[in-house]
Amino acid sequence: MSLKIVVLAKQVPDTRNVGKDAMTAEGTINRAALPAIFNPEDLNALEQALRLKEQYPGSTITILTMGPGRAAEIIREGLYRGADNGYLLTDRAFAGADTLATSYALATAIRKIKDFDVIIGGRQAIDGDTAQVGPQVAEKLGLTQITYAEEILNVDKANGRITVKRHIDGGVETVEGPLPIVITVNGSAAPCRPRNAKLVQKYKRALGAQEKAAITKEGRELPYAGLYEKYPYLNITEWSVADVEGDLEQCGLSGSPTKVKAIQNIVFQTKESKTLSGSDKDVEDLIVELLANHTIG
Amino acid sequence: MANFYKDIPELKYHLNNPMMKRICELKERDYRDKDEFDYAPVDFEDAMDSYDKVLDITGEISGEIIAPNAEGVDAEGPRCANGRVRYASGTVQNLDAMVKAGLNGMTMPRRFGGLNFPITPYTMCAEIVAAADAGFGNIWSLQDCIETLYEFGNEDQHSRFIPRVCAGETMSMDLTEPDAGSDLQSVMLKATFDEKENCWRLNGVKRFITNGDADIHLVLARSEEGTKDGRGLSMFIYDKNQGGVNVRRIENKLGIHGSPTCELVYKNAKAELCGDRKLGLIKYVMALMNGARLGIAAQSVGLSQAAYNEGLAYARDRKQFGKAIIDFPAVYDMLALMKAKLDAGRSLLYQTSRYVDIYKALDDIARERKLTPEERQEQKAYAKLADAFTPLAKGMNSEYANQNAYDCIQIHGGSGFMLEYACQRIYRDARITSIYEGTTQLQTVAAIRYVTNGSYAATLHDFEQVPCSEEMKPLLERIKEMTVKLESCTGAVKEAQNQELLDFVARRLYEMAAVCVMSHLIVQDATREPEMFAKSALVYVNYAEAEVEKHFNFIRKFKAEGLEAYRR
Repeated sequence: MSLKIVVLAKQVPDTRNVGKDAMTAEGTINRAALPAIFNPEDLNALEQALRLKEQYPGSTITILTMGPGRAAEIIREGLYRGADNGYLLTDRAFAGADTLATSYALATAIRKIKDFDVIIGGRQAIDGDTAQVGPQVAEKLGLTQITYAEEILNVDKANGRITVKRHIDGGVETVEGPLPIVITVNGSAAPCRPRNAKLVQKYKRALGAQEKAAITKEGRELPYAGLYEKYPYLNITEWSVADVEGDLEQCGLSGSPTKVKAIQNIVFQTKESKTLSGSDKDVEDLIVELLANHTIG
Repeated sequence: MANFYKDIPELKYHLNNPMMKRICELKERDYRDKDEFDYAPVDFEDAMDSYDKVLDITGEISGEIIAPNAEGVDAEGPRCANGRVRYASGTVQNLDAMVKAGLNGMTMPRRFGGLNFPITPYTMCAEIVAAADAGFGNIWSLQDCIETLYEFGNEDQHSRFIPRVCAGETMSMDLTEPDAGSDLQSVMLKATFDEKENCWRLNGVKRFITNGDADIHLVLARSEEGTKDGRGLSMFIYDKNQGGVNVRRIENKLGIHGSPTCELVYKNAKAELCGDRKLGLIKYVMALMNGARLGIAAQSVGLSQAAYNEGLAYARDRKQFGKAIIDFPAVYDMLALMKAKLDAGRSLLYQTSRYVDIYKALDDIARERKLTPEERQEQKAYAKLADAFTPLAKGMNSEYANQNAYDCIQIHGGSGFMLEYACQRIYRDARITSIYEGTTQLQTVAAIRYVTNGSYAATLHDFEQVPCSEEMKPLLERIKEMTVKLESCTGAVKEAQNQELLDFVARRLYEMAAVCVMSHLIVQDATREPEMFAKSALVYVNYAEAEVEKHFNFIRKFKAEGLEAYRR
């Protein structure tokens, strides 16, 4: 029994060690100050996929990511750990997408991939923290979803069932769902394995078309150009809106109803804790206080 | 996120040494694997890029998994139950990460599943891992026992054992016994040939065996009944899957808690001969030990680095009398000397590993075809250099690791004596490095003939011809004077024609030779990369010169009659 697995992964700015220069004066993320990394929970998802591949020999893992040309790095990072191939959704028309437009783009790409049993991604990305993309992809594809997954316990392909342990408040629960399915993985799942020495040596030159163009644009020759013919897997596939037959209206900024009103830098100040009883008065006082200091409302 | 490779730019500097071109050429046989293996390099630059990338993986695992686990592993340690060893939980995680990263059997040919890496980048990985956790370093780096099986085992043994090690199975070298420590000629573990089963059987006890419950063991045993010396010993391969060897106990040690040190009981254990009978100690174990000594030198440099890092961080952070203690001369003196010993010792380590690389690669080529006369000469020259430098690298770096660990605690003051800082673990872990795989005293025994026969002096004179920068020239002149003093001491001791006197001052002569060699190497480094090494070069030569002076004074004034006061 083998599985076709699609891993949804995103390149994000590393917001875990944010310094003073993390935001620009305009209130947007200062990408130059924050290194681009593989979204941490997407790595947890990749590890679950790799375990399935180990357990069910013959399974294949496809990395699907959306972003600028340099996001091909995410596909390389996947290949270094044991993924088989990847697609980079990249097009100016995809830019500025909110979760709705992102899930639209991913769903169209997955339809193009066509053959899949498990679609798996991280619970959320550390740049937006919405946790909406995975569930929206499931809805758009009309698939069942399991969120907050910690471990895939069993796959029964003959009967089209998958059993997953998921994280819930104060514990875990085990649920079963039908294949194909969308799973989003929680950060409490097993960490992803390191890059593999042989795979890094094999795939270190894998490049997307935009990356190649960036290297050769000033008349420079592509190093080891002959290898790209000898080893076709070194050419990372890029898909445009047209490639996935997407509707331009639903992509990128035009497909994004979310509007950012303003962004503020908030510095949390430590204060002493306060104990409230469950009485109506305490709850009401709290609501008034939170409204007054604009924490809510 | 910590990356123990990227955080130590000195490693990349040593990786990029000009000798690597020749090493890669020999090791890769002009890059002939490129059409057969999709991960083989196509040229020199490609090979170097791959070493760099794999070191980066090792650095990341060391920084993000092994180092954070080190304290827990030290506290938990391995357990022994029903004759088997169970590693500490952190050790299991570390090993799993290293295996999944494919960092086993690194130096083995690709046809066995290895990475075909030269010894030099492999040794760098060993240094990095040891800096994160020296105890785990043992378990992982015992993979280099496979070098000996590769060199002396037959093809059938290669095909059965090497792929297993490349896939992550662990190894051990079972040498020491209760009555055979430094004196391995006294090994008594009995090997008898079982005619019926057409195999060898091992019976007896081994003690202090690092990672003694490994999957594949190399065992030194007495195959020639009635013999008493080294010529009656052979080397055997014991496969744990065959059964017959149990762990009786795990030693309770001062340091390297993560590394299980085992007492093993062999009960009719099935084993197979590796190589020829009677060559076990005199040929194979010597090869095995030389590899292991380079490994301990790397472990020592890793510990020196860890000690320096901890000392530096604390000295910057700790404020007394209104300023950071690093601003006091008494403290920055210690730190500068720690860094100088670290830099000079590391330079010696990788100079040695490059010598080993060239002669071993040529040895390996000689198994396929006859070497040309030039190649034979090259092989001989580098084998000799490797033989002379290995005891210097192991002995001096293990002493420096101890000295740096001591100073690291000193910088921490009272806090360093408390168990909550990493410096106490580094101090305990460092202590074994100058003992196992041959004490510093035995490294001296191995090295002293290169002092008396003028080999070190000849190398030092060769080094004097290496071009050096204007800034370094005054240092070079001082090293030349140090070398004169070494030769004058050597001459005086030889003239006395008294073996006991020679043995007595051997350690001093050894240290004189070693600090002269390291002074040259650090000056060469500072010539190539002044920003990285100029300070260390100056600090180290100041130190080395004083050391030479000290020994020179002692030896010059010491007469054989003086031995009486020392004898007990």
